[in-house]
Amino acid sequence: MAETVIFYLLAGLAVVASALVIGQRNPMYSVLLLIASFGALAGLYIQLDAPFVAVAQIIIYAGAIMVLFLFVVMLLNAPKEDGAEWDQAHPLRRPGVARFGALLAGLLVIQLAWALMRIAELEAPVGSQPDGAAVSSVRELGKVLFQRHAFAFEATSILILVAMVGAVVLARKEGTDL
Amino acid sequence: MIPLYHYLIVSAVLFAIGTAGVFLRKNLITILLSIEIMLNAVNLTFVAFGRYRGDVDGQIITFFVMTVAAAEAAVGLALVIALFRHKESLNPDAFTSLKW
Amino acid sequence: MDLRFAVQLGVIGFIFFMLINMSALLVLAERKIMGFMQQRYGPYLVGPHGMLQPFADILKLLFKEELRPKGADKWLFTLAPILSVTAAFAAFATVPVGGETTFFGLLDDPIKLGVADLNVGVLVVFAITSMGVYGIVLAGWSSNSKYSLMGGLRASAQMISYELSYATSIAAVIMLAGSLSIREIVDSQAGYWWSFIPRWYLFLQPVGFIIYAIAGVAETNRAPFDFPEAEQELVAGYNTEYSSVRFAMFPQAEYINMVTMAGVATTLYLGGWHGPFPLPAGFDWLWFVAKAGFILFVYIWMRWTVPRYRYDQLMAFGWKWLFPASVINLIVTAALLLYLNG
Repeated sequence: MAETVIFYLLAGLAVVASALVIGQRNPMYSVLLLIASFGALAGLYIQLDAPFVAVAQIIIYAGAIMVLFLFVVMLLNAPKEDGAEWDQAHPLRRPGVARFGALLAGLLVIQLAWALMRIAELEAPVGSQPDGAAVSSVRELGKVLFQRHAFAFEATSILILVAMVGAVVLARKEGTDL
Repeated sequence: MIPLYHYLIVSAVLFAIGTAGVFLRKNLITILLSIEIMLNAVNLTFVAFGRYRGDVDGQIITFFVMTVAAAEAAVGLALVIALFRHKESLNPDAFTSLKW
Repeated sequence: MDLRFAVQLGVIGFIFFMLINMSALLVLAERKIMGFMQQRYGPYLVGPHGMLQPFADILKLLFKEELRPKGADKWLFTLAPILSVTAAFAAFATVPVGGETTFFGLLDDPIKLGVADLNVGVLVVFAITSMGVYGIVLAGWSSNSKYSLMGGLRASAQMISYELSYATSIAAVIMLAGSLSIREIVDSQAGYWWSFIPRWYLFLQPVGFIIYAIAGVAETNRAPFDFPEAEQELVAGYNTEYSSVRFAMFPQAEYINMVTMAGVATTLYLGGWHGPFPLPAGFDWLWFVAKAGFILFVYIWMRWTVPRYRYDQLMAFGWKWLFPASVINLIVTAALLLYLNG
């Protein structure tokens, strides 16, 4: 019973915060609301017996990537939307079109939900499978990650290196010799 | 016990919100944030299915998704900074120099 | 509501109460120790030997006028100190304070002294500490003032730079202990080598401890790394525009962060509540308090002895010296573990 209440609370927080993210004019508020959404998702991960993924979500997403976004928003002093006059008169800005887009997104959700509810195997409650301890054990996670997926792990490290170098090169000012 | 499709519906709703954000918003940073929302929805699906099947593969995939999302956010934001320096605007419609 | 639940709630409440008092105690301790190091008495007038000085400070802060600059963002200006304090208190919740105790036979099963016992405890401390960056960044941004913004950006850049060395030095301890739960890491430090040297990880990881200590000091914006709130350069840094209660939250968050760092250092490196001679059961948290208190004393000592780093020196040190050192420490620890155990 308490489990269901917590699930609905966290899921509701995640969905509401994400909906507000795309509805805000001020990018600073969007970033902060997204952090709240990530926190709620971390709570959902804990409910799914994945504590390590939950903590990694907070450390990586809410603690690092969002700080990066926050820095960029502050450095650019990101102007609120609808700044330019030519933008206001754009044909795609008319309120009817925006509402139609939101309607299409709602249709997408309804379609996905309908398709999911038709499948009978998904009725089984999560966690009815045994080995809950095996799933949440960090030791097990580490073994599988470093033995079966070792190649992907090393490739990811190269990816991060490339992204680091690329970000530094792209964002430097013209005329500095770095 | 919570049925699996509850988690999948939450993930579907988040994914749709992210997609709507990418298409409807005219601010480069908000577009990048919406992409992060979509990646998180996918993470939730993977972890839910991993728990459903009783093994850790779902969680492993989420690590790689998180890493790729971090790398992509870093490079995307560097691009946003470079673009902003060029045109002083964060509106994707302002960068139309290649259009005829 | 059975007795065990009530006792657990009482323990949590007591720890929370003591944490709130720690910031007042640390203010007094800092000023007295600073005074003695500068060959003068510290606060002397309020109460016997100045013991009631924190009360005077808090009363003064409570009665000041609450100001908010005109251009400041209404929500973020108030949210920033709340975030700082919340993250600071939440981080201490994962640190275990003592072993299991039955409170002298009051309970049937022993309860563990501490707020929470998580099986990924070390990572949770790290996660919540990285959320503390937001309080400073938002305080700097929402004040709508040059000094605040500069201070906020510098503080957050410093914190995220030293977080890497912090995490990597902790990773070496995790490898030695084989567990992510802080309580298990402390319990793996029980016992003695040659029956007089305690099995603390301080002796197994001397370089790691130094790296952790430096990174911890930089994380809390203290001592030689307190450029973001340097009085001489930036007026008051990110909390320039704050007054009264909102301002009081920032030093409180800073002191609680110090206490958390000291607590984590005690549990990870100094053996937690295992002392050189065992105290009667139920009192081993006194060892924890003694060790954490000593580390806090070293914090205060460092602040008033060592000159301040310049900001670019600070960042260069963090990236070019401390992070490679912590990675090398991790690699050497892993290699030695493999060689000696496999």
